[in-house]
Amino acid sequence: MELYNLPVHELHRLLVERQVSAGELTATFLERIAAVEPAVKAYLTLTREQALAGAGAVDDTTGRGEILAPLAGIPAALKDNLCTRGTRTTCASRILEHYLPPYTATVVERLEQAGMVSLGKTNMDEFAMGSSTENSGFGPTRNPWDPERVPGGSSGGSAAAVAAGEAAYALGSDTGGSIRQPAAFCGVVGLKPTYGLVSRYGLVAFASSLDQIGPLTREVRDCALVLQAIAGHDLRDSTSAHVAVPDYTAALTGEIKGMRLGVPREYFPAGMDPEVKTAVRRAVDKLEELGAILEEVSLPHTEYALPAYYLVAPAEASSNLARYDGVAYGHRAGGADNIIDMYCRTRQEGFGPEVKRRIMLGTYALSAGYHDAYYLKALKVRTLIRRDFEQVFAAYDALVTPTTPTVAFKLGEKVGDPLAMYLSDLFTIPVNMAGLPALSLPCGFSQGLPVGLQVIGRPFAEATVLQIAYAFEQATDYHLARPDLGVRGEK
Amino acid sequence: MSISLEEVEHVALLARLELGPAEKEAYTQQLNAILGYMEKLNELDTENVEPMAHVLPLANVFREDEVKPGLAPEAALDQAPDKHDNQFRVPKIV
Repeated sequence: MELYNLPVHELHRLLVERQVSAGELTATFLERIAAVEPAVKAYLTLTREQALAGAGAVDDTTGRGEILAPLAGIPAALKDNLCTRGTRTTCASRILEHYLPPYTATVVERLEQAGMVSLGKTNMDEFAMGSSTENSGFGPTRNPWDPERVPGGSSGGSAAAVAAGEAAYALGSDTGGSIRQPAAFCGVVGLKPTYGLVSRYGLVAFASSLDQIGPLTREVRDCALVLQAIAGHDLRDSTSAHVAVPDYTAALTGEIKGMRLGVPREYFPAGMDPEVKTAVRRAVDKLEELGAILEEVSLPHTEYALPAYYLVAPAEASSNLARYDGVAYGHRAGGADNIIDMYCRTRQEGFGPEVKRRIMLGTYALSAGYHDAYYLKALKVRTLIRRDFEQVFAAYDALVTPTTPTVAFKLGEKVGDPLAMYLSDLFTIPVNMAGLPALSLPCGFSQGLPVGLQVIGRPFAEATVLQIAYAFEQATDYHLARPDLGVRGEK
Repeated sequence: MSISLEEVEHVALLARLELGPAEKEAYTQQLNAILGYMEKLNELDTENVEPMAHVLPLANVFREDEVKPGLAPEAALDQAPDKHDNQFRVPKIV
């Protein structure tokens, strides 16, 4: 297999054994990007010089005989809503097209300390609002498995970059499924950690009570390694939790005998893609074969999570995005002779249609006369959703579900129908509403497109989630499949 | 509940968005479809349910009142669309 197709832990071994240098590895990924990026369009900004300099620094440390950290010298990609000092951070929005942040996100700082080689910033739905990356202000990303299809979203650029061999791993953010859904559509592993496990400092805010940063990787072991590097309390994020961070790789035993796993019946509704259903049912059988105890369970409020989410998230977004007013940074409309007109025109010019739609929805849900009927109602339903999970987790170690009701859909298919687009996050949204950790990993194919299996854990039980995912992965070979991008010399 | 064109105009002003006539029409229709879907929530009796704004049991987070390095004025103003003498310059307010 080509270097760009190898998992992080394999690349680390090659670096340690001096079979390849960080400089050579980075050059390989940059060549791969040059070859496939015209077809995939995963990146908004490439940081070639920085990457080569970073790799050089890692090679200097190996030259001195120092022990390499697991992520040192490994080329990675960052979703473009993670602030990087002096490197353009756009959130795929025209309003931040030329924005150079004055500070760096905690997760990026931690990865830099771990020796990350940063290749660039990836495309996304504008301000992370969307499920297909078609809402990017700078054009869509294509699914590496089929260029006519979306990579999912909002972290579509990050998922596509990893799937296409344009980065060894990537960071994304997940507010309602934005890591897991594109991971499922692109056939990679994606983890949304428990709310509060990973610092949000420097993540451009969408819906602050739901947003979490997490890894997108080829394999579960890589996911554990990246999580290890970014998890833990941060003074600069007041919602960051004071919890001990365990050794996640210690959970990768391959052993799940006797573990109790619930399969929620609400996650197999009529009308879902039958091949997706079959692939997930087979995955359930495989887990049983591995010695886990699988039983059907019920989360009765599942169908209410989506409408509640589309009140809570836009309400928080309408407040968070009030900061884009053309005063301190970002785009400002010209020609306005008073400040209200300046605000209104700046925001009209700078935001795309989905962002405006959600600001409108959120502003309406919070406005006088409607607050109790919509926003407050949604917060109460959120309590019921959380309780559903608490009840099943009293008897089960984790839950397994499909990540999405369908495989990747075609570009343009859902653009004109916001509600149809929202429904692609049906199985991922309840997890954010309850603040739980959940991981998607490849579990099969339908029409030649990847299918994702979602593993949902108790709060802060990332180790258990990784343990289950790893056992399944090692007993199957879906993680070894790579898309054929039609580039000469591939595989 | 349904949302009228006039309400869309009012909400747009609250949100500081200058929408064109076609956008107002489209948002009226789309917001009605979305809000219609939200009606589903009324199937649930939430009379005695506490609202949950946040998943973590958070209390106020305090720290010692010590001076720490912050953003220098030049860095804070670096991205400003318009500035003058270490200040952000904006169009007429009153």
